[in-house]
Amino acid sequence: MKIDRRDFLSLGIGAAAGIGAGTALSPLPWKLIDDSSIWSQNWPWTPVPPDGAVSFKNSVCTLCPGGCGITVRKVEDRCIKIEGTKGNIVNNGGICILGLSGLQLLYGPTRVKAPMKKDGGRWKEISWDSAIDEIVKRLKNIRKEGKPESVACVSGTDQGTVAQLIGRFLTAYGSPNYIRTSSIADSYEIALKKLHGQFSSIGFDFENSDFVLSFGSGVADGWGSPVRMFKANSKWKDSKDKALYQIESRLSNTAAKADKWIAIIPGTEAILAMGIANVIIQKSLYKKKLIEKYSKGFNNFKALVLKEYSPEKVSKITGVKKSEIIAIAKKFAGASRPVAICGSGQGRTPGSIFEFMAVHALNALIGSVNNIGGVFSVPEPDYIKWTEAEKDDVAAKGIKTDRIDGAGKKYPDTRYLINRLIDSINSTGDSPVELLFVNGANPCYTMPDTENVIKAFKKIPYIVSFSSYFDETTEMADIILPNHTNLERLEDIPLAAGLIKPVVGLSMPVVEPECNTRHIGDVFIQMAKLMDGNIKASFPWNNYEECLKKTLGDKWDKLARDGYWVDENSRASRGIFDFTPLVKNNRNLVKPEGKSKLTLIPYDSMRLTVGYIGDPPFAMKTVEDTILKGNDVFVEINPKTAAGYNLSEGDKARLTTSKGKAKVRVHLYDGIRPGIVAMPRGLGHTEFDEYLAGKGENFNKLIGPVEDPVSGLDAAWGIQAEITKT
Amino acid sequence: MSTIDDKATEVPEDAAGESAETVPPEQEKEEVAEKKEINKGLVIFVFIAAFVASLIVGWILFPMVLYTQENQPIDFNHALHLEEVENSCESCHFFREDGSYAGVPKLAQCVDCHDEVMGDDLDELAFVENYVQKNIEVPWLIYSQQSDCVFFSHAAHVKAAKMDCVSCHGDIGESTSLKVYEKNIITGISRDIWGKNIGGIKLHSWDRMKMNDCAKCHKEETGNQGACFQCHK
Repeated sequence: MKIDRRDFLSLGIGAAAGIGAGTALSPLPWKLIDDSSIWSQNWPWTPVPPDGAVSFKNSVCTLCPGGCGITVRKVEDRCIKIEGTKGNIVNNGGICILGLSGLQLLYGPTRVKAPMKKDGGRWKEISWDSAIDEIVKRLKNIRKEGKPESVACVSGTDQGTVAQLIGRFLTAYGSPNYIRTSSIADSYEIALKKLHGQFSSIGFDFENSDFVLSFGSGVADGWGSPVRMFKANSKWKDSKDKALYQIESRLSNTAAKADKWIAIIPGTEAILAMGIANVIIQKSLYKKKLIEKYSKGFNNFKALVLKEYSPEKVSKITGVKKSEIIAIAKKFAGASRPVAICGSGQGRTPGSIFEFMAVHALNALIGSVNNIGGVFSVPEPDYIKWTEAEKDDVAAKGIKTDRIDGAGKKYPDTRYLINRLIDSINSTGDSPVELLFVNGANPCYTMPDTENVIKAFKKIPYIVSFSSYFDETTEMADIILPNHTNLERLEDIPLAAGLIKPVVGLSMPVVEPECNTRHIGDVFIQMAKLMDGNIKASFPWNNYEECLKKTLGDKWDKLARDGYWVDENSRASRGIFDFTPLVKNNRNLVKPEGKSKLTLIPYDSMRLTVGYIGDPPFAMKTVEDTILKGNDVFVEINPKTAAGYNLSEGDKARLTTSKGKAKVRVHLYDGIRPGIVAMPRGLGHTEFDEYLAGKGENFNKLIGPVEDPVSGLDAAWGIQAEITKT
Repeated sequence: MSTIDDKATEVPEDAAGESAETVPPEQEKEEVAEKKEINKGLVIFVFIAAFVASLIVGWILFPMVLYTQENQPIDFNHALHLEEVENSCESCHFFREDGSYAGVPKLAQCVDCHDEVMGDDLDELAFVENYVQKNIEVPWLIYSQQSDCVFFSHAAHVKAAKMDCVSCHGDIGESTSLKVYEKNIITGISRDIWGKNIGGIKLHSWDRMKMNDCAKCHKEETGNQGACFQCHK
C-alpha cells in the first residue's frame, strides 16, 4: 500500500490528535505543570533556616572593646540572629552593625580551620600535638641559650584571665615583653597617672551628663563603648537642656548630630582646651573650693593659662572665633553636670598627652571629676588573685632585662610602647625578638607606617599567631594555632567600656566549635605543662575552664546568669589633682610630618572596623558610594581646595605622603576645612577574603608614628600630603 | 484522472510502465473511494492507537517514572508504640513551649525508653546500634512535608481549630510498619501530597493535601478559602 505525502500528513495529524486527546485526558500534563511550578520555586540559593527548636543563648561580644551583652537566637544547632541583651548594663538591648554581623565571622570562609604551618610559602594543616610540640621545642631552645627575654607577645588587651595567663607564662619563662597595642586607653591611663598620681582607667557617667564637650571624640562613630554611647547620645537629645558640642575639623556623623559643631584647625585641640581654661579661670567660673582643697600646682597653672592662652592667641592658632571660645567656656562652666572628653574618632590611636591632660584639667576646674555626670578614675577590676608565678634563675634574670619596647625607661609612666618595638627590631642587626606570640591584634594592618611594620615582622624568626582569621599579621606568621571565635569561647571579659565601676562580662560559648580550633587558654596551659619545672608549677590548672571557674569563685553564678558582674565595692580614687605635669608639658603640639601643602587626616566610621577584626560583608554592604565604590576609596576634599588642584567629583587621583602613596578618588565635601584631605580607616586590607581584600587603600601605609614627648606613644593625628589628578 | 475520456484513442507510454489498458471511470472511482476509506480508516486507527497509548503513558507509566521508592531508615511500628504511651499522638508529636510544633520526634525523645535494646526486634537493634549509640539523628522521610513555598501552623489547626490528627494524616497511628516513601523526582516531596491516585481523585480527607484540599476545608469551616499570604508568606 502506497503512502504518499498527503496520507503521511493525515496519519501524522491523526496520531498527533490521538496523542493530544489521550494526554489531555490523562493526568500527565496537568501534574507536570503543577510539579514544574513547585520545582521552579525550589531555589537552592535561598537560605532557609532549618526547622527545629528555637533557643536563646547569652554571651558578650568581643569584636570591639565595647563589651556589649548579646543574645544569640538559635534553631537547633545553627545560630541565626544576634541581638543585644535586654537589661545588660552596657547596651541594654542595643547592638551595633559589627555585632549584628558576627555570624558571618563565625560561619564565614575567612576562618582558620585547623592549626597551620608555613611550608614552602604555603599553609599546611598540622595536628594540635605537633603544633604545640614544635613551639615548646623552640621555647626550650631559646631558654637554653639564656635569652628568655627574646620571647614577646603582642596582644590587644592585658586584662582578663587569658591575657594574664599569657603574661604569667612569659613571667615564669623569663620575659618582661608583654606588649599591648595602643589606643586612647594608654593616653587616659598616663594622663590620670600624671595628674592624679595613681594608675587607673577612665570612666564616664554619660547617662547623667547634661553638657558634653567633645574634642573630636566619635560619640556616634564608635568611640568608647559604641552602643552605650549611642544610647547616651540619645539621652542628650532628650531635652533642650542637654547638649553635645563637637570640636572637630571635619563634619563627622557625631558632629552632624551634635547641637553645635566647632570646626577647628586639626591638631590644635589642646590649645583650645587651654583657651577655654583661660576664660573659665579669668571669669572665675571654676569651683574654687574644690580646687583649693583637692589640687596642687594650681597657681602656676593659672599664671600660665592667663599669660599664654588668651582667647585672642588661641583663636589665631585654632581657627575658632574668640567669641565662640568664650561662649563655649561659659556654657561648659555653667552646666550642672558637664563633662569634657577627647581621643579622636574611635580612639584607636593614642594622641597627645598634653591634649588629654588639658581636657582633663577642664573637668577638674568645673568639678566634674568623680562627680555625677562626670569623669571617674576607675581602678582595674581586681578579681584575678593568683599567687605569683614561680621563677627559676633563668626567669629571674630574664625578667629584669629592659623591655624591648623601651617602656618605663625614658617614659616612666608608659607601660607599653608598641611603636618602639618596631623601631627596636628594625634598628638592630638581629631581631631582639626571637619568638613572637600574637593574640587579638593585627599590627601589620592597624599600626602606622605599614611598610616599616612589615619589615620588622619579616625579621622576626618565628611568629605564632592565635588568630581565628587569615589577617595580615597571620599571613606573616610561621604557625597558626587558631583560637575559638568569640561565639565559641568561654572567657571573662573585663570591660574597657568606660563605665564608672569596674565591670566584668562573661563570654559564653553559644555553639560547639565549628572548626578544629582550640581555646588559647588551654593552649598556654598545655604548653606550660610541657615546659620546665617552674613554668609547669606556675600552671596548676588542668584546663582553662577550671582556671576560669576557680578564679571567678562565687562571682561565677552571677556572671553565668546575667552575663556581667559589677564590682560595686570599688571606689574611685580620690587623689589630689596635680596641675604641675600639665604646666610642665604644655605647648607640646604635635605637628604633622612632611612639607606639602595639604594635610591628610583619617576618620572612623561605624561601618568600617578599624581594629583587628576585618569588616564583615554585611557591614561592607552599608558603606556609601561616596566612600567606597567598586574597589576605589574616596577621599574628602573641600571644593575650594579641590578647585585649586583641578579636581572634580569622582576624579581619580594619587595621594602621596612621605610614607607611601595611594590610588584614590575625589569626593567633594563642604564639611571639611579647606587644605585638609580626609580618608577613612578600615579599608585596604590585603588578606581576609574576597569580600574585603583589595577594596580601597589602608590609611596606615600613608602615615608614620610621631612620638609624643610626654608618653612616647604615637601622637600623630595627620600627615602632610600631596594629591595629583591621574 | 478526469482526462481519461479525452485520451481514449491515444496509447500513452508513461514511465510507470502501464499498459495501454485503461481503467474504466467507475472502477477508478471505487479504487479512489477504497483508498480514501483505507486511509481514513488507517488514520482513525492510528488516532485510536495513539489515544490509548497516551492514556496508558499518562495514567500508568508516568506515575511509575515520576516517583522513586525509598525506604525509611528504620521500620517504625506506630501501633506498638501507641499502646505504650498515654497521650496518643501527642506523646511524641507535641507542641513546644513557644508554640512551635516539634513534628517528627528527635533522638532525645526515643532515648527515654530506648537507651538500650528493649526487645528482640532486629529493627530496634539496628536503631540502637546505628543511631542511639552513635548519637546520630534518624533521617526520617516525612510524608506530610509540604513544599518550601507553603507555611503551615499546627498551632492554628490543632489548638485553635481543635482538629484531630487523622483528618489530615490518616490512620498512620494504627500502622505496624512505615510505608515506602515515594519521592517525586521533580518536586522532591512525597507522593502523599498530590495523592496516591495520579488523577488526584481522593476518598478520604487525608488522601491528598494540595492547596485546593486545604481551601475546600477552609471554605467549609471558616466560610472562605483564605488569603494568599496566610500560607504563602
